[in-house]
Amino acid sequence: MASHEAKSPSLLDRALLRRAALDSLRKLDPRHVARNPVMFVVEVGSVLTTLLWLRDRILHPAGAAPGWFTLSVSLWLWFTVVFASFAEAVAEGRGKAQADTLRRMRRDVAARRLVGGREESVPASTLRRGDTVVVEAGELVPGDGEIVEGIASVDESAITGESAPVIRESGGDRSAVTGGTRVLSDRIVVRVTASSGESFLDRVIALVEGASRQKTPNEIALHILLVGLTLVFLFACVTLVPIARYSSVGISATAVVALLVCLIPTTIGGLLSAIGIAGMDRLLRKNVIAMSGRAVEAAGDVDTLLLDKTGTITLGNRMATELLPAPGVKVEDLADAAQLASLADETPEGRSIVVLAKERYGLRGREVRDAEHRFVAFTAQTRMSGLDLPGRTIRKGAVDAVARHVEALGGAMPRELEAAAGRIGDTGGTPLAVSDGPRVLGLVHLKDVVKGGIKERFDRFRAMGIRTVMITGDNPRTAAAIAAEAGVDGFLAEATPEAKMRLIEDEQGKGKLVAMTGDGTNDAPALAQADVGVAMNTGTQAAKEAGNMVDLDSNPTKLLEVVEVGKQLLMTRGTLTTFSIANDVAKYFAILPALFVAAYPELAPLDVMHLASPFSAILSAVIFNAIIIVLLIPLALKGVRYRPVGAAAVLRRSLLVYGVGGVVAPFVGIKLVDLGLAAVGLV
Amino acid sequence: MTADGWIQIALFALAIFALTRPFGTYLHRVFEGDRQPLPRVLGPVERLLYRLSGVDPAREQGWKTYTASLLAFSLLGVAVTYAIERLQHVLPLNPQRLGPVPPELAFNTAASFATNTNWQAYSGESTMSYLTQMAGLAWHNFTSAAAGIAVALALSRGLTRPAGPGGARTIGNFWVDLVRSIVYVLLPISFVAALVLVWQGVPQTLSAYREITTLEGAKQVIALGPVASQEAIKVLGTNGGGFFNANSAHPFENPTPLTNFLELVLIFAIPAALTHTYGRMARDPRQGWAIFAAMAVLFAAGVTVAYRAESGANPALASLAVDHRAGNMEGKEARFGVANSALFAAVTTDASCGAVNSMHDSFTPLGGLVPLVNIQLGEVIFGGVGAGLYGMLVMVILSVFIAGLMVGRTPEYLGKKIEARDMKLAMLYVLVFPITILLLTAWASVAPYGVSSLANAGPHGLSEMLYAYSSGAGNNGSAFAGLNANTSFWNLTLAAAMLVGRFLMIVPALAIAGSMVGKKTVPAGPGTFPTTGPTFTVLLVAVILVVGALTFFPALSLGPVLEHFAALGGKAF
Repeated sequence: MASHEAKSPSLLDRALLRRAALDSLRKLDPRHVARNPVMFVVEVGSVLTTLLWLRDRILHPAGAAPGWFTLSVSLWLWFTVVFASFAEAVAEGRGKAQADTLRRMRRDVAARRLVGGREESVPASTLRRGDTVVVEAGELVPGDGEIVEGIASVDESAITGESAPVIRESGGDRSAVTGGTRVLSDRIVVRVTASSGESFLDRVIALVEGASRQKTPNEIALHILLVGLTLVFLFACVTLVPIARYSSVGISATAVVALLVCLIPTTIGGLLSAIGIAGMDRLLRKNVIAMSGRAVEAAGDVDTLLLDKTGTITLGNRMATELLPAPGVKVEDLADAAQLASLADETPEGRSIVVLAKERYGLRGREVRDAEHRFVAFTAQTRMSGLDLPGRTIRKGAVDAVARHVEALGGAMPRELEAAAGRIGDTGGTPLAVSDGPRVLGLVHLKDVVKGGIKERFDRFRAMGIRTVMITGDNPRTAAAIAAEAGVDGFLAEATPEAKMRLIEDEQGKGKLVAMTGDGTNDAPALAQADVGVAMNTGTQAAKEAGNMVDLDSNPTKLLEVVEVGKQLLMTRGTLTTFSIANDVAKYFAILPALFVAAYPELAPLDVMHLASPFSAILSAVIFNAIIIVLLIPLALKGVRYRPVGAAAVLRRSLLVYGVGGVVAPFVGIKLVDLGLAAVGLV
Repeated sequence: MTADGWIQIALFALAIFALTRPFGTYLHRVFEGDRQPLPRVLGPVERLLYRLSGVDPAREQGWKTYTASLLAFSLLGVAVTYAIERLQHVLPLNPQRLGPVPPELAFNTAASFATNTNWQAYSGESTMSYLTQMAGLAWHNFTSAAAGIAVALALSRGLTRPAGPGGARTIGNFWVDLVRSIVYVLLPISFVAALVLVWQGVPQTLSAYREITTLEGAKQVIALGPVASQEAIKVLGTNGGGFFNANSAHPFENPTPLTNFLELVLIFAIPAALTHTYGRMARDPRQGWAIFAAMAVLFAAGVTVAYRAESGANPALASLAVDHRAGNMEGKEARFGVANSALFAAVTTDASCGAVNSMHDSFTPLGGLVPLVNIQLGEVIFGGVGAGLYGMLVMVILSVFIAGLMVGRTPEYLGKKIEARDMKLAMLYVLVFPITILLLTAWASVAPYGVSSLANAGPHGLSEMLYAYSSGAGNNGSAFAGLNANTSFWNLTLAAAMLVGRFLMIVPALAIAGSMVGKKTVPAGPGTFPTTGPTFTVLLVAVILVVGALTFFPALSLGPVLEHFAALGGKAF
């Protein structure tokens, strides 16, 4: 599945269409159709008209409609059901093709299971949750798990389509490995987190195939509307028979069935499940796997986006650009301490400090291997990192954190530095304080680079009424400056996992839906709490379990696209529902005069389309009703275009196109079909 | 059509528009305010009623208790009225010595008045004693109207109340809404209106009918009674049940053009004002005006078509060499003319009132189509007191659901999500109405005991049947005439239509209130589906037309539509 985009099948892929055509016939099984009440009514109508045709063929009752007419109506009713099934099959087809590719790589490999320190070879399919296995260079990872020991480079292209290998190591947020990926170097010990058959890959296959698809809440509500309308029209058509008898009009059962099928919302009824599947498929092509249709739907409803600053809003590489020594401190001493404190810091920021010290102050990077040196790692609570040398305690971190640290040791943050830190923060930079024991040596100015084009993107979201909130570990002033530069609506500074969780709960308390991305284990509770939680594929297993979507590319900016896909999905449903209902007006004007005009020629003026004959009118309406489903399949699959111009403008435009258009289009369409029928001499 | 006619219609529309804000504000103060108006005069009455009935006005009800209270109250009312009718010959205030009302007619009438329909399968002056008129029927004129207002308030609260911190799930107190409607709104206004009517010549007496000698020397019995008091609440409560058979065409019910104007205004006053009350409850008056606008558009369309159709000649007679300038005056009062008759027909059917000042049966086919369609759109064009608003709010929910997805969010109204449960209830509400009408019409049209009541054959007969059931299920109560409804079949099926059309629609409406009241409110933003402004009004009108008209179009095309085209060809039925 490398080079994902190129491989994803196009709409007109022949093999895909052939497969869909076969599938659509299989889907005619009444048990399957019954899941969709609107199409079930059409299928019952098809059976009924077929039986009527057979009866007329055998019994030749007096006053029956012509055989060719009953047969044609019956055939086109069957086509209506087939077309709806075809739409669903085409939508599923792309997922199926993808599932096949995925399934091919789920070969059953031998796993090297560790039991009491000894290795034994077992088939991967027998692995259970909690087993530990050894994987070495060149081997496939036998199942989903967490690395408990070692570090390795892993080729995950099978899942992500990204050919560059990624580093996976025990501990931290990059410890998850996925079954079916290949270890390229080194040796790792993995604790299996999903029993065979429940792995990530298995679930992805089930999801893209649509096997585990359930109706989403909005789909259920929409189905209720469609069933209600179907019932109304069922009563309108059934009661028409006695009312017509009172009026001395004889109408054939075929005509009543045709009227009913044309009136019930077959267009949206036939395309509804295809729209839902296509929505998940569009996400899949963006390399995002939605664990449920519900998540995609929720994405369209999101009111608040929580975006991690780093990687989403800024390029992620904050660069040290300047050193500001405290009064009475030589800048070289500051550079030396800053470099020492950053030696073990593998983050881009840490490396940029080492580089700055080297390039501007001529300090070579040193290897610090002495046993007496102890590195202090960064934690979200202390918000400092550093190095303990004999007699020296070097720390580097957030200004207030370092201030607290030196105060605890009896020192103090010089006032000049506080002012300088404020100035750095005001310009969107990040000040880091460097201390040695109780003494503050000075500040490092880290500069954040905001991504190009991100501001315009946020403007579009604002137009759609979505609030963006930037999440950052920075202090409030720094955060405010970057927030202003990037154009987000709000920010959460000095964010801890708890603060993030509180923010989500606050927003939800106000009735809002929240979306966020996350990768670390400490993100898991927030990912689970958020209405849309997109976990990065590089993240921990815990994060992936907690979210309801996984981004295989691990690109936090993708959240914006996820929201767009969700909106598109809902808009497509809405426009086709409106279109479908608006269509009814024209169908009445085609069929009703046709039903009554023989008994009451006075009603001829109602035949505004001047159709060739009553039979042609009914048949044209039925044919149009069937063909429109096929014509709208591309729209259902691609989704209507999303324009971030505000709800009022979107509504006005959509009502014009799909509402007014929905009233007008069938007048034209039915007339064209009628002309066609007359041209071939059928009517 | 004449300028004079249009000016009268415009004057009426202007009066309603001008009344809506102040009267709506008054209603908001009555029902949602901390201090009710006229506390010295009316406050003691309100408190006395609570004390007598043991109601704690501070205690709110959930939707189930609210519904149970309403149903118990209304159905008890049906039983009591039935008893009074059956026993009127032994009860006082029966100077004409009228006998007991036959059982089926008594049931039909009790159901009719309890449902705010006021369908009358009898002539009041020859069937009902004064006591029956006042205690049995006028009682319902007040209470059924008050119950309608109560349901509208409950649904409005469900939609507009923010979910309380403790999950407040109450929608008001039925007894309080009922009592306040009567004490602060219906009684005082009816009292003043009745005095105006008396001043204009409407009788108000308990004495027996008068026998007089006419100018030609013939003897004639003049029916009298406590007419003015009945008349005021008949229109204000959109009841429509006339004291006399001729209803507002009778000179003692509606003697002058001034009383005609007053009656028209009273019919629309509460339904129009409630839209503004609703807007205030939603803390955004534009929400109310959007609904008002949709109602106004549909009203204007109806009155225009009716006035146009009635101003011309009857198509069947157009070719005759007579002066057609007066329009189609058959079945109309000379003192009202075409404009006021067409206006009255549109108003009374828009508002589910059912009072008439002309015979809809005698309208031209298109003119007669208007009242029929007005009813069949669900009685939401201002509609019955309360009933119009709650019916319209269900249509709003439906519109928001159908088109709401188009803005890329799952549907929400006033910040509250519309979910599967709400949709189920809304569809139930929407389904009950057409199914009742169509099934009963279909039944009557093929049953000998159904068609035997028809005065006309062919499409006109179908219109008569369709109109009767539409009027019943829509709780309108006006009759197309030409149909002898006082038979067992018609009395019982119409009673069923009225009860179903009232209570089977109120229950889902209140259930929606209960479902919505507990929901969280998402603050509106630029991405929210707009439910104010012209776009939404157009959408709402379109949904009402599509849902309402498409359901009935097949039946209508064999009724008034066919009759119209046949008449153009010179064929009458």
